Amino acid sequence: MPLDQSFVGRSWPPTEPYLVGREKIREFARAIGATDAEYHDPEAARALGYADVVAPPTFPVAITMPATREVVADPALGVDYSRVVHGDQRFAYSRPVVAGDALVCVNTVEEILSRGGHEFLTTRTDVTTEAGEPVVTVWQKLVVRGEA
Amino acid sequence: MSVELEPQTFRVTRADLVRYAGASGDFNPIHWSERTATSVGLPGVIAHGMFTMALVGRAVTHWAGAPDAVVELSVRFSKPVPVPDTEEGTEVVVTAKVKEITDEGHTRLSLTATCNGDKVLSMSQALISKR
Repeated sequence: MPLDQSFVGRSWPPTEPYLVGREKIREFARAIGATDAEYHDPEAARALGYADVVAPPTFPVAITMPATREVVADPALGVDYSRVVHGDQRFAYSRPVVAGDALVCVNTVEEILSRGGHEFLTTRTDVTTEAGEPVVTVWQKLVVRGEA
Repeated sequence: MSVELEPQTFRVTRADLVRYAGASGDFNPIHWSERTATSVGLPGVIAHGMFTMALVGRAVTHWAGAPDAVVELSVRFSKPVPVPDTEEGTEVVVTAKVKEITDEGHTRLSLTATCNGDKVLSMSQALISKR
């Protein structure tokens, strides 16, 4: 079933702030094998100019993937999640995420394409501080495989 | 200009996928249940795309020298990374070529990742700055 094209260009209200914890960054860094001190030790991070332990570059998905559920799971859009595979992922950073950040996500549907029997859904998530300081913009393209 | 950077090799085991599921909150069973993975036509349990991208992020951070030197990172997942239920699991190799220096003075890298000789990413690149 094709996705509802009327979603293109639609944005959602800002999410509740996500509080970035020091232990969550450490846990994520351990899970991907990132052992450098700036991911684990606040003193080492501060010595390198970060406000606190710094998150590895792909950490923001731990925030944005749950945030995009409000888009992807909207029954009116028509995504059959059992047929979804991850197509593309992109991050554009204004600055790295650090422990202590309170981050707000605004989701926008950028593009919906139909090609070769598959549907392609591109969302953009603008991640900012509560005060509106840009931190990172995250694009995710999901492929909804057609029923071949 | 097409300077190749030193390839970065990462071992990936089932235990890594379980740990990543917990840390990232992505509990899709195709990343830990052989039964679920094969029932949807996969060869077996596969790595989270975002786990592979996290390894790419580690490689790029290593080449850039610092996490805040990574300005942009983008990948296209072109093939799954199967992770067998063995001690040694599998191996992902991330390679990069310097493509250009941009007008802002950033370095653009084109990225590839391979597993068992298969390219698992396409159209992937990073933009890094001097710290």
